[in-house]
Amino acid sequence: MTVGVKVVKAPEMTVWERLYLPMVFKGLAITFSHFFRKSVTVQFPEERPEYPYGSRGLHRLNRDSDGRVKCVACDMCATACPANCISIVGQPSPWPDREKMPETFEINLLRCIFCGFCEEACPEDAIELTGIHDFASDSRENMIIDREGLLAVYDKTAPSRPRRAGKTASEGASNVEREGSLHA
Amino acid sequence: MDLLGFVIAIVKALIVLVLMLSTIPILVWSERKLSAWMQDRVGPNRVGPAGLLQPLADVVKFLFKEEVMPQGAEKWLFVAAPVLTLVPALLAFAAIPIGDPIHLFGREVTLQLANVNVGILFVFAVGSLGAYGIVFGAWASNNKFSLLGGLRAAAQLVSYEVSLGLSIVGVLMLTGSLRLGDVVDAQAGTFFGFVPRWNLFAQPIGFLIFTVAAFAETNRAPFDLAEAEQELVAGYHTEYSSMKFALFFMAEYAHMITVSALLTCLFLGGWKVPGLEHIGLGPFLFGVVQTLAFAMKAGFVLFFFQWVRWTLPRFRYDQLMTLGWKVFFPLGVANVMLTGVLLLGSR
Repeated sequence: MTVGVKVVKAPEMTVWERLYLPMVFKGLAITFSHFFRKSVTVQFPEERPEYPYGSRGLHRLNRDSDGRVKCVACDMCATACPANCISIVGQPSPWPDREKMPETFEINLLRCIFCGFCEEACPEDAIELTGIHDFASDSRENMIIDREGLLAVYDKTAPSRPRRAGKTASEGASNVEREGSLHA
Repeated sequence: MDLLGFVIAIVKALIVLVLMLSTIPILVWSERKLSAWMQDRVGPNRVGPAGLLQPLADVVKFLFKEEVMPQGAEKWLFVAAPVLTLVPALLAFAAIPIGDPIHLFGREVTLQLANVNVGILFVFAVGSLGAYGIVFGAWASNNKFSLLGGLRAAAQLVSYEVSLGLSIVGVLMLTGSLRLGDVVDAQAGTFFGFVPRWNLFAQPIGFLIFTVAAFAETNRAPFDLAEAEQELVAGYHTEYSSMKFALFFMAEYAHMITVSALLTCLFLGGWKVPGLEHIGLGPFLFGVVQTLAFAMKAGFVLFFFQWVRWTLPRFRYDQLMTLGWKVFFPLGVANVMLTGVLLLGSR
């Protein structure tokens, strides 16, 4: 046999351990000591846990310093999306500094896998993921978030940077990480 | 029996029934709270203060759930089984006294439903009937998991019942009576002036065997083999839903209450508190304190049941049978012989 077989024997129990009852009382003592410990439960809707830095949640569409939507409807996020959950219809932009802006921008949150590829793909840093995760709904229709909804998420979460400090320099009024303030 | 006696008996029966049925929700609540605290959780805290109304919400849920009967189930037994499990547990309490007789309306009223002269045998006989409900329900469900659970319940029954019977023989030898009131009376006073004259101290081996067998009798962890949710879905009550399931659920707690009361009577001195008669309480207050003492002792045993449940993992059923036949059976016989020798020697 080429494979070396190592026989592992269970450790012999002492008489004290084999009597079983002393060990039972030891176990009871352990569980009893837990009566007086602090509970680890987080009472969720009232209390919020500290989420890890960089956790990915609901998307937002960023605005530039003039309050216009940053997105130029290039469709790169929709192309990068592995779940195919982004659909963008572009229209000519009224502003001279860009050609297009999104007419509709919809994300199907039920299909989204929150991989963050859209954020990676975006050349304008227009789409970003926030740390918000509790956006359940009672209908499928409500789980499709549109342009206005995404902008509203920005309005709610700005000026905090959702996940990466210093990533979007154009916004950079402050470099303070404010992950926690998202949930405040 | 005259009319007053009849009325008293009815009232006592109602009190016992209502007391038991209203203790069950408290036990359900405490079970959930205790388990939560042991696992560093909070437990139910949304329904009512400290989650106290949670059992009420559970009851409403049970009542409104759909009744399901599996295809090919044995209809009559399937419906009868939950009742057959619950009723013996409630019935067995009838012979358990909870205090000294009191004087009411110019007559002596015993604080127990039936002062049977073979009280202990009655409790054992009726209490063990509960296992039939489990076996019937398991078999009638037409489900392999249920059947395995019922099979285990039967194997468990024969393994612990013998030891359970043997464990109290020592107590009976000391007392010389099968009447539970007499057993309690024999435990009044103290040994050497400070140790209560409880059978716990006179019969430690019997107490140990009885306690362990009581866990098996009530189908509680670490001997909840008939349920064994990790292997058998829910064991004997896999196919039960709605109020029928709730009856099984209540039966488990009713069994616990009965067994705790029995354990208190047999080994923990019942309602006897050493030194209480020297304090000089009035007869009424004396009786109240005694009954409270009984409730506290039984309450501690109930707490112990739940404490153990959330501490020990389940035994395999061959381990239970080994324990029952190879350890506790010889130990029980030895205990009887030892008690006999000591009794003869002290004569």
